[in-house]
Amino acid sequence: MNNEPKFDVAIIGAGPAGLAAAAGAAKASAGSIVIIERNYRPGGILNQCIHDGFGLHRYNESLTGPEYAAREYDILQNKEIANKITLLSGTFVQDLVAEVAEAPGNQGFSLTVMSSGSIKVIRAASVVLAMGCRERTAGAISLPGTRPAGIFTAGTVQRLMNMQNISVGKRAVIIGSGDIGLIMARRLTLEGAEVAAVTDIQPYPGGLDRNVRQCLHDFNIPLLLSTGIVKVHGKKRVEGVTAAPLDTHGKLRLLSSTYIPCDTIMLSVGLIPEHELARSVGALLDTSTQGPIVDQHLMTTVPGLFACGNVLQVHDLVDFVSKEAEYAGSCAAKTAIAPPRPTHRLSAGEAQAILPIKVGSNLRYVLPHTILEPGRITLSMRVTAPEVNFRVHVARLEKGADRILLTKTFSRVSPSEMLRFTFNCDKMEPLEVYGESF
Amino acid sequence: MKIYDVVIVGAGVIGCAIARILAQTNLSLLIIEKEPDTGFGISSRNSGVVHSGIHYTPGSNRAVYNVQGNRMMEGLCRELKVPFKRSGKITVAFNENQVDTLSALLKQGIENGVPGIKLIDKKEMDVLQPGTRGKAALYTPSTGIISPYELTIALAESAYANGADFKFNHTVESIDIPMPDSAQQREHFVLQTKYAENSGTKPISYAAKILINAAGLGSTDIAKMAGIDDYTIYPCRGEYYVLDKRLRDSLNLLIYPVPGAHSSGLGIHLTNTVDGNILIGPSNEYIIDDEDTSTTIDIMKTLREEGHHLLPALGGSDFIRSFSGIRPKLAPPKEGGFRDFIIESRQDVPGFINLTGIESPGLTASPAIAEQVKSLVGELLPLRARDNIVRGRPVIHNIPFTEQKFSTCSREEKSELITRNRDYGSIVCRCEEVTAAEIKEAAARTLGPVTFAGIKYRTRAMMGRCQGGFCLQRLTEILRESFGIATDEQTLKGPGTELFTGLLRTLQEPGTKESL
Repeated sequence: MNNEPKFDVAIIGAGPAGLAAAAGAAKASAGSIVIIERNYRPGGILNQCIHDGFGLHRYNESLTGPEYAAREYDILQNKEIANKITLLSGTFVQDLVAEVAEAPGNQGFSLTVMSSGSIKVIRAASVVLAMGCRERTAGAISLPGTRPAGIFTAGTVQRLMNMQNISVGKRAVIIGSGDIGLIMARRLTLEGAEVAAVTDIQPYPGGLDRNVRQCLHDFNIPLLLSTGIVKVHGKKRVEGVTAAPLDTHGKLRLLSSTYIPCDTIMLSVGLIPEHELARSVGALLDTSTQGPIVDQHLMTTVPGLFACGNVLQVHDLVDFVSKEAEYAGSCAAKTAIAPPRPTHRLSAGEAQAILPIKVGSNLRYVLPHTILEPGRITLSMRVTAPEVNFRVHVARLEKGADRILLTKTFSRVSPSEMLRFTFNCDKMEPLEVYGESF
Repeated sequence: MKIYDVVIVGAGVIGCAIARILAQTNLSLLIIEKEPDTGFGISSRNSGVVHSGIHYTPGSNRAVYNVQGNRMMEGLCRELKVPFKRSGKITVAFNENQVDTLSALLKQGIENGVPGIKLIDKKEMDVLQPGTRGKAALYTPSTGIISPYELTIALAESAYANGADFKFNHTVESIDIPMPDSAQQREHFVLQTKYAENSGTKPISYAAKILINAAGLGSTDIAKMAGIDDYTIYPCRGEYYVLDKRLRDSLNLLIYPVPGAHSSGLGIHLTNTVDGNILIGPSNEYIIDDEDTSTTIDIMKTLREEGHHLLPALGGSDFIRSFSGIRPKLAPPKEGGFRDFIIESRQDVPGFINLTGIESPGLTASPAIAEQVKSLVGELLPLRARDNIVRGRPVIHNIPFTEQKFSTCSREEKSELITRNRDYGSIVCRCEEVTAAEIKEAAARTLGPVTFAGIKYRTRAMMGRCQGGFCLQRLTEILRESFGIATDEQTLKGPGTELFTGLLRTLQEPGTKESL
């Protein structure tokens, strides 16, 4: 097996995370980088996002998805970088195996990769997971009623419309108000279809405020919050849905239900990190993000295996994906070039024991999960519910008068918007991050 | 008009099992099916269990054909290359009353000829399935699991390869029975059929000397058309959840509760499938509309709770799909329980072989019922074996059947497959690891029109945790580019279930019609 070509860094996925991870690895002096991408063209989900709004932070302008992807890809064309990078497109990673390190410096991974007409093994000293996420489905939310033609996830419709020139229906109800659903409400409307309503079971929208304004309000599309679906109708093709408001206990008020005729149902009910490869190689997962548990260098509990972008945590802005991935790529390169002394894989108990960042009140999760050494750390997190006048504290876990080390204030927060800020960690000690409104 | 020796109405597992063995005789044979494919009704919407036969009254059709069918199933599946696993089952008692019921079931099972059956205690239960709750159990090692749709497809392919004709998307509208002594001197049945959704087209007629009614939920309608009004079917729905394959190793064998005395089903249970998913269900609810395969909020909640109870490792994201199937019950709601299968050659309508009320264990019993129907046919027309019978899983439309799924191959086998056909290197469904080569083979071998559901049942594409989110877009391209099916003609499961309304912008689709 040691005869196979060995790369310093293998990156799985050539979406925004994978491309930026490659750039980060190259800049951090990785000698050889391979990117494995299942589609034929790099860019990932950006290729189907023909709307604008990408790059406001990273490029100070509003780009479309394909434009943003092109910028990222161009970075890799720089001649100092380009000759280090191999892009395997139309290629699937069949499995990922962490090899047992026989000697220090010889740790690594073997990847079985497959493409039309070929299956082979490649090796890499470190691996960056950048596979993104997938959409939750009608089955996953136990959508009640019939299962006729005309039920799609919003991202599937986005791909069908924007990349395959296929239209799916004339009158849609969108279940869930995640960002893709909001974007697709506008897209369908612009293509002459009608969007009868967007419903969400939560009392607040799942997507960004700007998308609610620009995609629903500007087109007079009703947003029905605190609304659940009672039944999908139609034996052959979707004929309609019955929706009902929820009472204060979260139960459907069936007497107040309404029937909404439609021929298409689109779901935008959440995204799940594509964590199967991470799980298969033994990386521990966070039950809240459903992505791997990582330290401050975005390394998972498997030494040499890194994660970034939506496979780590579902982001709402691609700009932050790129930033996170560049960092993960650079850490992966450093580990490949100068691997730390042989380490063993952490057991669940050990990972728990060294978890120095506790997720405190009003937060759903905080990343990273662990801190290994003092330094500047980017913390990212999501709140559990929308609030105004909100503070996030980074504090010592140990209770005491001067436990708060850093406080960030936000005028408004929402679960749909990831909070991100940096923290200078001077001293190794267990931390807690918690939120409060004031 | 060609006069067939035999016309079978219904291409479910019963109709196809009968078609398979009659096709191996000298008789000419036609199968008429209202759906676009085999097994789209009851046959694909059940637990996929090959029952042992402990539950049925000794001497009843259900008992006799279940035990016979169970014995025949393994050999049949081997011949037709259909996955079958004799997993065994325990029926668990939680209190003394239920232990008594188990003793009664044991006695009944022995009388029915169920092999290997025995009562086991808690310790033995723990060996079979660690952590099982309950006091005692009845162990039936002959219980098995099977893919019900793969079996039905394979039976139909075998019939087709031996010369049977199939008409899909044809609904029988009326039947004229033979009246040799009347003015018309009609010697045979004449069936008027309507081609699905095309109300404008004229009815198409087919003629048969023998008519076999295997129409499942529609069997009493077909019988009425022939003047037989003895039976009523009471549709009874069962809802299920499909669980993620992640949990595949958490269940060694089937675990059922002891059924209630008047229950219309066998109780909510966990069933492992040959493909590695676990099913939770089925519920048990009489309904009015025999086509309403809805799932409902209340029952899905019950199933989720029951699932968490039976399988502690179950997480919220492990529920990947829900579905329901409908039992064609002869027992009315107020009676409850079960009535026996009707398998009869009608004396009042000579040549009409009537099968009705074939609910559970119909899948298990199907090979044995087919043998019985063959002997009923033999009483009406002379039978002899056909020359050059095609055995095994046949070549269809010049495409041989590839038994092994790519996803279950070793790396060396995969490599060999890819070298032989580069489409094996191209993944279409990533959750179930289905390749373009397998999709193309399945579509090319389909007897009727190609549908997404048909491809799903043949390949498992779209059956994984992303439920088509990834592969739908690839499948539509393959159907258009390799099979010339225009985007707006691609259906989920036949006419009326078109998936797409067409193209957004006017372009000429390569290889298909020009207009939109």
